[in-house]
Amino acid sequence: MTAAATPIEEPRPKVSRFRRWRGGIGLHTVVLALIIIWAIPTFGLLVNSFRPAADANSTGWWTGLFPPYHFTLENYAHVVGQSNIGTNFLNSLIISIPATVIPIFVAAFAAYAFSWMEFPGRNILFVVVVGLLVVPLQATLIPILKLFATWGIAGSFLAVWLAHTGYGLPFAIYLLRNFMGSLPKEVFESAAIDGASPVTSFFRLAIPMSVPAIAALAIFQFLFVWNDLLVALIYIGIASPDNLPLTVSIANLVTSTGGGSEFLGAAAFLSMLLPLVVFFALQRYFVRGIVGGSVKG
Amino acid sequence: MDERVITAIFAVVGVPAVLVAYIWGTEQVLRVVPEAMKPRVRPWLWMLPALALLGLFLVYPMVGTIIASFQNTAGTAWVGLENYQWFVGNNDALSALKNNLLWLVFLTLFTVGFGLLVAVLVDRVRYETVAKSLIFLPLAISMVAASVIWLYMYLYKPPGAVQIGTLNAAIGVFGLDPIAWLQVEDFSLNTFMLIIVMTWMWTGFGMVIISAALKGINPELLEAARVDGANEWQVFKGIIFPLLVPTLVVVSTTMIITALKAFDIVFTMTSGNLNTDVIANLMYKEMFRANDFGRASAIAVVLLLAIVPIMFFNIGRFRAQEAVR
Repeated sequence: MTAAATPIEEPRPKVSRFRRWRGGIGLHTVVLALIIIWAIPTFGLLVNSFRPAADANSTGWWTGLFPPYHFTLENYAHVVGQSNIGTNFLNSLIISIPATVIPIFVAAFAAYAFSWMEFPGRNILFVVVVGLLVVPLQATLIPILKLFATWGIAGSFLAVWLAHTGYGLPFAIYLLRNFMGSLPKEVFESAAIDGASPVTSFFRLAIPMSVPAIAALAIFQFLFVWNDLLVALIYIGIASPDNLPLTVSIANLVTSTGGGSEFLGAAAFLSMLLPLVVFFALQRYFVRGIVGGSVKG
Repeated sequence: MDERVITAIFAVVGVPAVLVAYIWGTEQVLRVVPEAMKPRVRPWLWMLPALALLGLFLVYPMVGTIIASFQNTAGTAWVGLENYQWFVGNNDALSALKNNLLWLVFLTLFTVGFGLLVAVLVDRVRYETVAKSLIFLPLAISMVAASVIWLYMYLYKPPGAVQIGTLNAAIGVFGLDPIAWLQVEDFSLNTFMLIIVMTWMWTGFGMVIISAALKGINPELLEAARVDGANEWQVFKGIIFPLLVPTLVVVSTTMIITALKAFDIVFTMTSGNLNTDVIANLMYKEMFRANDFGRASAIAVVLLLAIVPIMFFNIGRFRAQEAVR
């Protein structure tokens, strides 16, 4: 499929117009087909979120696209009209931002040490760290909750920040170490010769050169924390209901009304908005040339 | 409310400041350390926050889990390998293990394959951002919403009735009879249907990471090859793909682990019935329904052991990376 594809993003007069156009057709067909396949399930939910429950449960979502139209904003009004939804939204933000920032910093420190500092047992330790990815979350909840209760931080934001950091670290370290480890040795060596301390090399070289990986990591970590229900329920849950995030109010929406899946679509789209904003905002760091010519091929 | 806003401000400004101050502080601490010892001490200071948090949230509970796996239900007596013997001799467990193998192979293959395909293809179109956002979208949907979406996709009504499930309506257009997608056990069709849901969600994950690596490739390198007359397929095979291999290993490893831990989709869509059970759901059932912590812990330890070979492969690759950089 890629065989005939020619880059079209920049004008390249040497390639004949015909070749570029032909390469384009195959390329666009495949890309558009993938997009459509991926979008259909979500699009169906989107359409249904604007239809009355009775319609959505008796006819397919596509019937809603043809007249007579029966669109309604009731589902959205019900979700937005929930008490506490504003507070819960703010809580979600207060939880998600530090729970994204802290693991990135902590993982970047560790990844830098794993990539560019020599010490005995480095590889074994690294493998243990990444191996922790497989620890089932469910197995950690009860022992940790007991500890939090002893320390008196159960129910606090600090407890969830730390918990999300701990759970997110194995992947964060893995991704960043892989990226930082592939940066060219000469850059760090010449910086060291010029008298730069590791802290300077870290902030001036390693971090700027790892921007695409950090952006990717930020997107995922934010997403996982934003969509998390389990960690919030367990560590905040009973101790201080005032600190609960948006996911909890969405979950309540569905269970407390018995069924209520017609609201789920509306709730899903509302709660998806912020992760998408984050995705779009960080998307611009995925541009060619940030690493520039500094990474050798 | 005020208190909340203060917390929010501290969270956004204070937390990064504390972290930067920490790493800057390590150099100040190192001043009192003899010069020769510095390279020995420094890495541990840099890793300290990570190791402390990992130790607390993952290692400490895991040690408890390993201990519990050798104990009885209530954790009052040692039972040796009994819980593991139960696992090995249990048909449900073996069937779950077989399903996890399907998950491992196909979820990894699909997400990495489609992720690579999309990342490489959209790199060449003007509407890259839009295309990527649409592929990424499912990952931004919560698990519960995703399972509702796909229950509607797979919804089955008897032949003759109006099909409101997308898939059955679609095959109905071609005159085919509706299929109860999540109930057909032949060839593990229902498990594959669950794997498709996860593929739909996680392809965006592979795509984003592969795309980040793709953008890190020096464009001059590609231009040089093109000027030398290489066609696009040769550029991909000869330059882009080899440079992406480390990233593909990272994504594959992460997806293998995701497949081993597959839980939410199975739990919400089939509850593991009709031969769709997986290890993580089995563990959930033992832990929260049967309240058998010994057995649940043994299952968790089996998961941990399952990734040892993958980790050894990763060590080998990092050694190779260091040899060439």
